[in-house]
Amino acid sequence: MSAHQLAFLVLGVLILVSALMVVTVRNLVHAALFLILCFAGVAGLYVLLQAEFLAVAQVLIYIGAITVLILFGIMLTRKITGGAQPPLASHWKAAGAGAGAFLLLLLYVAMTGQWQVSDQPPMDSTTTLGLALVTRYVLPFELASVVLLAALVGAVLLARDETR
Amino acid sequence: MEYVVMAAKAVVVFALVSGSMPFIVWAERKVMADAQARIGPNRVGPFGILQSFADALKLIFKEDVVPTGIDKRIFYLAPILSIIPALITFAVVPYGGPDLKLFGYPVGYVADLKDVGILYVFAVTTLGVYGIVLAGWASNNKYSLMGALRSSAQMISYEILLGLSIMGVVIGSGSLSLVEIVQAQATPYFGVIPGIWLFAQPLGFLIFLIASLAEANRVPFDLPEAESELVAGFHTEYSSFKFAMFFMAEYINLLTLSGVITTLFLGGWLGPGVDRFPILGVLYFSVKTVALVYFFIWLRATLPRLRYDQLMRFAWKVMLPAALINIFITAYWVAR
Repeated sequence: MSAHQLAFLVLGVLILVSALMVVTVRNLVHAALFLILCFAGVAGLYVLLQAEFLAVAQVLIYIGAITVLILFGIMLTRKITGGAQPPLASHWKAAGAGAGAFLLLLLYVAMTGQWQVSDQPPMDSTTTLGLALVTRYVLPFELASVVLLAALVGAVLLARDETR
Repeated sequence: MEYVVMAAKAVVVFALVSGSMPFIVWAERKVMADAQARIGPNRVGPFGILQSFADALKLIFKEDVVPTGIDKRIFYLAPILSIIPALITFAVVPYGGPDLKLFGYPVGYVADLKDVGILYVFAVTTLGVYGIVLAGWASNNKYSLMGALRSSAQMISYEILLGLSIMGVVIGSGSLSLVEIVQAQATPYFGVIPGIWLFAQPLGFLIFLIASLAEANRVPFDLPEAESELVAGFHTEYSSFKFAMFFMAEYINLLTLSGVITTLFLGGWLGPGVDRFPILGVLYFSVKTVALVYFFIWLRATLPRLRYDQLMRFAWKVMLPAALINIFITAYWVAR
């Protein structure tokens, strides 16, 4: 087994175990911490795939911003000590069925799909990515911006003081 | 062999950065004392320079008080989480040029991440917030929690500014690599003025400077630990060596941010004669970084703390538009 495969194996186990912990631990703050570990593992996978930009973006956005906001939300809404939550939400059967169906679909695609393997190392991924975003993929890029803008406006509208 | 060299560089940089921390603390106490017409530490060693070592020894032998009703695992994890990001940022900060070689290996930097460089710095700095937030949450103390909440809101707001303010430098240099950003500053303006980004990006520099003060929780942005309001903020319940780790993280952060500002805006290792004697670069980098550290200490001795609403308003209503304007002007100037 090469070092690359070993790293993949370690990261895979890390991601799966921490993902499992996120949904099973009773303390919400602990769940958020395991979520960070899970995201960090995914960032590691990106590094293995030589997608350094994606790896850094993963850390910057998911670990550095989103999970901080989740923690912020937990601290503002729950009691200081966090408190134990029931491990299963009420709709766990429906959620489990949906997730299971999605897993089967992914497995089917992974097993039967024709995957192209390139022996070329990816070139200067940040430049390529940046150029692709403003040329070939400019429409999805702009659409995503509009969605984000709408979310921003919505948030301001929700938080605005009605009396003023 | 390449990996051995890289590991060796990492160890040396790690040792130097953490080893300089006691001296920064000493310098801060001395400069503050001067500013306030006091003498400052002067008993341990010449000019009191060994005072920090005496304090470190004292802290190690202090009783480690663990409050009741805390989340013990997170309480122990938090100081570690706050010190790691502070230390690993220096992995990409170039303290010498690519010409600085030892036995044929470039030793001017630990690693040059060509594709991500400066983004790595931001990704790592954003992790620093976890140490503070988790410390405040795990302590089971309302002042700690308030410090943590303030810190998370403050750091998220100012991180955006940190990122936007260097966009001008990145657009101008045409690279994310810190080594190439420094190299882009080598050509002087009009043949005489040093080509550092400080002169071409004064607005970006100012915003980055202010945002990094907030990121390092330095006065006037030290609200997470505002002692007159929150006892000691997020580290109220920490004692002994765990407190020392927060203390270390703060000063290493100060050094790291000074190093990053030197690289981005002050020309990093560049200086007269550095082409012929690359070793001079390390000296120039150190002098600039230490000057910035002095500047930050000077600010602490001079400015009062902002109020929390002022802090937030300032970030979103003044600095954010200014940073955006800076990006537009730079983009226009480059595309012209």
